[in-house]
Amino acid sequence: MSAETNTLIKNGLWTNNPALVQLLGLCPLLAVTSTVINGLGLGIATLLVLTGSNVIVSMIRNFVSSEIRIPVFVMIIAALVTTVELVLSAYFHPLYKTLGIFIPLIVTNCAIIGRAESYASKHSVQDSFVDGLMMGLGFTAVLVLLGGIRELLGQGTLLANADLMFGQAARDLTITFSDDYPGFLLAILPPGAFIGLGLIIALKNIIDRRMAARTEPLIIPQTETARS
Amino acid sequence: MQFKKTSSPYLHNNQNISLVMLQVIYALIPGILVYSYFFGWSILVNIILACLTAVASEALMLLLRKRPLAFFLRDNSAILTACLLALALPTLAPWWLIVIATLFAIVVAKHLYGGLGYNPFNPAMVGYVVVMISFPQYMTQWLQPHAGLDLSQALQYLFLGELNAAISLDSITSATPIDSIKTGLSLNQSISEISASPLFGFWGGAGWEWIAAAFLLGGLWLIYRGIISWQIPVSLLLSIVVMAGIFYLADPQQYSNPLFQLFSGGTILAAFFIATDPVSASTTPKGRIIYAVGIGALTFIIRTWGGYPDGIAFAVLLMNMAVPTIDYYTQPRVFGASGK
Repeated sequence: MSAETNTLIKNGLWTNNPALVQLLGLCPLLAVTSTVINGLGLGIATLLVLTGSNVIVSMIRNFVSSEIRIPVFVMIIAALVTTVELVLSAYFHPLYKTLGIFIPLIVTNCAIIGRAESYASKHSVQDSFVDGLMMGLGFTAVLVLLGGIRELLGQGTLLANADLMFGQAARDLTITFSDDYPGFLLAILPPGAFIGLGLIIALKNIIDRRMAARTEPLIIPQTETARS
Repeated sequence: MQFKKTSSPYLHNNQNISLVMLQVIYALIPGILVYSYFFGWSILVNIILACLTAVASEALMLLLRKRPLAFFLRDNSAILTACLLALALPTLAPWWLIVIATLFAIVVAKHLYGGLGYNPFNPAMVGYVVVMISFPQYMTQWLQPHAGLDLSQALQYLFLGELNAAISLDSITSATPIDSIKTGLSLNQSISEISASPLFGFWGGAGWEWIAAAFLLGGLWLIYRGIISWQIPVSLLLSIVVMAGIFYLADPQQYSNPLFQLFSGGTILAAFFIATDPVSASTTPKGRIIYAVGIGALTFIIRTWGGYPDGIAFAVLLMNMAVPTIDYYTQPRVFGASGK
């Protein structure tokens, strides 16, 4: 693996994670992460769109003049989202219904257009593919983690409704920790998402600080941020 | 968060935080005693549990934040928060409900915002609202007056969640007076029919009116001692009286009378002890009046038309949010400067 690929993997998953560092795409992040499966479903959908749009944008980067690049990016992303939406509706219909409006809303996820603009439009197809994949994985990981925390605190289960995603055979994957758990409703409600995300970001900052203290001298990584 | 300071004169009143907090706790004592006279040992047990949790979590957070332990623990603010929270929660609350509420109050609402002096929201009310929206079914277990449990029963219920076979939960708990008015009105009963129930006393809820009177006594002592300013309690109570009075005069069969509004629920406790929290309340004289009128009006609105039985906690938190804006626009004229 080249050094560039290594940097891309590290950036996407940790140093420049779209959800924890760039704080992009918070709307779906906060809205659908009430369970692990919802988080995983939306994470994978976003991952597909992000990788696809990065590859296509990178391919056409030399043919599109910079004045019209944004509408072109938007159309590419919209086309990909529509494809993902139709695929989900065809093969994972119950999950599609649970995620509802947040599937078409992937088109407005600023992490995607942010990557297209700040990375894919300036780099080779291969690098853009790795970047999209890693950013998507980083985003999915946070969605699953937050979903896990909220589901565990809110309902006392993990992987509830796994059959929405993996078919009937996965029904037994659900782990129930206590049958008479009263349910900590706050974790399921929107404030729980904000508090949970805040705590995860705080945890990441603590880990970063510990690591930096251990490996002096400190090298500040180049972070690219784009906000919508 | 940057809070505005009021202008001069800066008179020194020979008080420190620890002493102020201690005097507020003293002022709560008559109310707590009357409370336990009417409702038994449970409230005392709840207060002790909340205090222990509060001090433990305060110490833990101070250790994590590497702050001097003895200095901050001695300021008594955690104990005051715990007392107010225990008084706000239902009398028959399970132990974990009290622990969760206190943990949220101290850890999230106080220390994550920077500790005493930096919290924009009243910690006790944050703790109350968290359990209120998370566990609504446990927030209804209020005792009937004089149905109190003795010490061993109270402890047994608190930690094991069960009572002796002779007593059932339904026979000793009941709706609060405010709740029963709301339910009664939805069943098309009139106020005079509803208030014939033994839950209602002379001018407020049975038992609750005397508890509120005892808190009123403690609150007046605090004003006399100069611990709290008169603006907040007076304008809060006045705004409830005015709002309730207008609707009561318009239709006395649909709206309860102003005196009942004052002496039921947590009105008096909130007016003198909760809304006056020096950190989260407005700091300018004019601002305090606006802040307290807002709390009073919101409380009446949530009580009368809202989905939650007593809106004080929500009203206080909503007005806490408005405090920086209120303070910004109500800066007193600096002495010697001409008008705008």
